[in-house]
Amino acid sequence: MASKKGSDKYSVLLPTYNERDNLPLIVWLLVRAFQESGHDFEIIVIDDGSPDGTLEVAQQLEKIYGKDNIVLRPRAKKLGLGTAYIHGMKHATGNYIIIMDADLSHHPKFIPEFISKQQEKNYDVVSGTRYRGTGGVYGWDLKRKLISRGANYLTQILLRPGASDLTGSFRLYKKAVLEKLVESCVSKGYVFQMEMIVRARQLGFTIGEVPITFVDRVYGESKLGGNEVISFAKGLLYLFATT
Amino acid sequence: MTKLLQWLLGVGLLLGMWACLVWDLVPTQLTPQWKEVVWVAPMYLLMSFACYSLATIGYRVATFNDCEDAAKELQQEIEEARRDLAKKGLKFS
Repeated sequence: MASKKGSDKYSVLLPTYNERDNLPLIVWLLVRAFQESGHDFEIIVIDDGSPDGTLEVAQQLEKIYGKDNIVLRPRAKKLGLGTAYIHGMKHATGNYIIIMDADLSHHPKFIPEFISKQQEKNYDVVSGTRYRGTGGVYGWDLKRKLISRGANYLTQILLRPGASDLTGSFRLYKKAVLEKLVESCVSKGYVFQMEMIVRARQLGFTIGEVPITFVDRVYGESKLGGNEVISFAKGLLYLFATT
Repeated sequence: MTKLLQWLLGVGLLLGMWACLVWDLVPTQLTPQWKEVVWVAPMYLLMSFACYSLATIGYRVATFNDCEDAAKELQQEIEEARRDLAKKGLKFS
């Protein structure tokens, strides 16, 4: 189909692990969002050998929506987010990359807003924020909110990153910018997302923000444990001391 | 310069100035009353910062948007998606 919005193409990277139930839904929402906005897109599913049959569902989706729209780039086992992005980008034909979670906590309806924000000032990165404007969360109790705001406050004080939501992972990047950032980052997990923004600032890239709603359906099952707090603290200190 | 170095530099400078004033390393015309103020200033600033931090975090937690509507909308969209996908031939587990 002819692209109605010029020659820009948006590649959505979806790393998945055990998302058999959510993958069809997120793909359906993505397709709908892009068809409504008229932007050229592709969805790259990077499944890390999910034992629950995620890849099989992805193959069905590929048949339904076509190989141009759904691109499968699976891997044998769980290898981490940074390498998933690298792997996904190798085959991305878009000039913009969108990263997001596949568990429906990030809603594709914000993507057109990311796109217009990016075009406003030709931002190198557009980051979704839960902490500003109409941004917010659903499904977090007081304790979780307190930890989140406390950690974010500490991050702002220590790193002064120029973005309000550092641990968020719903973002739009220019492809060349993402490639440069992923090769400069060494951390994992939450801290990897933080490091991307911090390095972006270091390298002089511009960052725009769009408020997003984060619907957490998973939190009840996976508590924020002591381990995560410790690795966050370690990561924060690492970035504090090295950037 | 890393953030750590910036902090060390900043804190070092401030403490250095404070030490100069309080221990008369630099000739000043501060009255004893002013000396008292300067002496307690660092602790006072630290306490103020702690209070400001607690107040800010408290405020931000209290005003953290709860997106009930987003959750409801998502639920409806999930149902719509499942119906549409089933029509298109998707086999759910």
